Amino acid sequence: MDAILAVDPLLEGNLLWTPLLIVLLKVLVVFVVGLVATMLMVWFERKVIAGMQNRVGPNKAGPFGLLQTLADGTKLFLKEDLIPERADRFVFKLAPYLAFVPAFLAFAIIPLGGDYRNGNGGMVELFGHQTRVQLADPPVGVLFALAISAIAVYGIMLAGWASGSKYPLLGSVRASAQMVSYEAALGLSVACVLLVAGTMSTSGIVNLQGSVGNWNVVTTGFVPFFIFVIAATAELNRPPFDLVEAEQELVGGFNTEYASIRFALFYLAEFMNTITMSALIVTLFFGGPQPVSIGGTTLDIPLIPNALEGTVWLLLKVLVFLYIYVWFRATLPRFRYDQLMDLGWKVLIPASLGWFMLLAAQRVGEDAGWDRIVVTLVTALVLIGGYTLLQLAMKVSRDNRDRDGASF
Amino acid sequence: MGYFGGFLVTLRQHGYKNKVTTQYSGGRVFRRKNRDDKDQKIDKPERLHGRHVLNRYEDGMEKCIGCELCAGVCPARCIYVRGRDNDPDNPTSPGERFGFVYEINYLRCIHCDLCVEACPTEAITETKLFEFSFTNRKDAIYTKAELLVGDDGKPQHLPWEDWREGEDEHTSGWMRATAPSGDATFEGTVAWSGELGYGVRAPEPAQDVRDEEDN
Repeated sequence: MDAILAVDPLLEGNLLWTPLLIVLLKVLVVFVVGLVATMLMVWFERKVIAGMQNRVGPNKAGPFGLLQTLADGTKLFLKEDLIPERADRFVFKLAPYLAFVPAFLAFAIIPLGGDYRNGNGGMVELFGHQTRVQLADPPVGVLFALAISAIAVYGIMLAGWASGSKYPLLGSVRASAQMVSYEAALGLSVACVLLVAGTMSTSGIVNLQGSVGNWNVVTTGFVPFFIFVIAATAELNRPPFDLVEAEQELVGGFNTEYASIRFALFYLAEFMNTITMSALIVTLFFGGPQPVSIGGTTLDIPLIPNALEGTVWLLLKVLVFLYIYVWFRATLPRFRYDQLMDLGWKVLIPASLGWFMLLAAQRVGEDAGWDRIVVTLVTALVLIGGYTLLQLAMKVSRDNRDRDGASF
Repeated sequence: MGYFGGFLVTLRQHGYKNKVTTQYSGGRVFRRKNRDDKDQKIDKPERLHGRHVLNRYEDGMEKCIGCELCAGVCPARCIYVRGRDNDPDNPTSPGERFGFVYEINYLRCIHCDLCVEACPTEAITETKLFEFSFTNRKDAIYTKAELLVGDDGKPQHLPWEDWREGEDEHTSGWMRATAPSGDATFEGTVAWSGELGYGVRAPEPAQDVRDEEDN
């Protein structure tokens, strides 16, 4: 028990009633915040994308159309619950939950706030107990997030398979291939962060990023961050990587046969995953709920107590990434399937692997006291050699395919 | 900018104040507050297919002769017509027979205007009103009492319909555009009878005139 939960001082020692209640309270708050955030995210996306297309967007339900998602959700709840005749009934019913539950589980390890001033290190006092503003803080935090996001594939895959229909099946085949391909690049760019941070606990990673210079986006040299953002977009099946639900080709993709509340769960999971991924990007690369601090001066948000300030900073940082995701969607056309696979396997995975090697060599060099410049040069040479070999291999395989008369 | 120019385009669009969206209707709240700026509708094209009207001649006689051609041609089978012989002393229509029952079910109507093209006497045409909302199936059936134009020749403004200024002027655009059978050699030729309140309507301007107006 201690090994898994020991990082949060709340759970050290004997388990008492108050800590248990605090944990329950956290569970409730995280769940509700997740749901409300998803609701607002749907509204935000529709509003921003409308703005980028010179439209107005939802503006009828509630002030500024804020309650539009609630209205849509209520409508979905009241609709007929349809199961196709040829569907595998049990798996068909199970699939939405397999997509929905991981979306919320991943949210549990994100540090959602905390007091990072006066050396508090993200601790806040709640009912006389020191604790983190985070539901769970396992030492394997980042691995947990990766594992959970991989489980989400099953929801989509099984949904398509269990529908007993052709287009959903094609959609789910695409989904599984795409998500497995990009999982590798995602994992390797996270590995760069873990290498620099030396810990896998999310709170530990956040605590190490006290100032802008210490943000992992800088210390890992920007490349892993860009790879992570691209791979995460593919992992979320968001445009321009939304081949899973390419309307023009696959009707609605894996969720074609879903209606009513089950469809709502898929929809919810999709947007929840977007929020979780943005929060994970902020946690891994941009200091999470840490206040922005440049050159020793820490920016302060007036009128907000220190204990809440972390949450505000997290919100601001996450909003930037949510906007970027919507911006992607409004700007980029969808990839063709072979382009998607080329980008994943021939660009992102070699690039992230190469960068990981570079960072690893740097650290080994530091420990062994080697000359920094020599280490960098040698690693760069090795990388160029590897890149040439890769290009050669791809050329050979292309030539072979041309000889066989393949179309691309 | 190459690859990233597109991102700037969308970002700049986000800053624009001018929207292409027309505020369709502000709803009950804004209507109660008389907020007309929140309740705009764009001008509709003259040939728009909307709710039907049953026209009358300039002397007030009904045009419908109860021939049921509209009911026959209707692909959605939404029109029900029954004809009856005119009373010789007090005729409803100039001919031998008149449309005694005339019903259109707007839950079925697809507004294809084939009835308008089929009608031999230009009795049935369509207005620009296209907003239908019913709370039961019976309300969706418009009978002759609702469809027949009023004594001024304009469509009746039924209490549940949202008519805007000038919309009831144009009731026969599609009929004039397709008479007879939309043959181009008949462009500009008047091939229809007069209407109560309007007289004989002028044909649409010729295609090249309209093209110039658009440019």
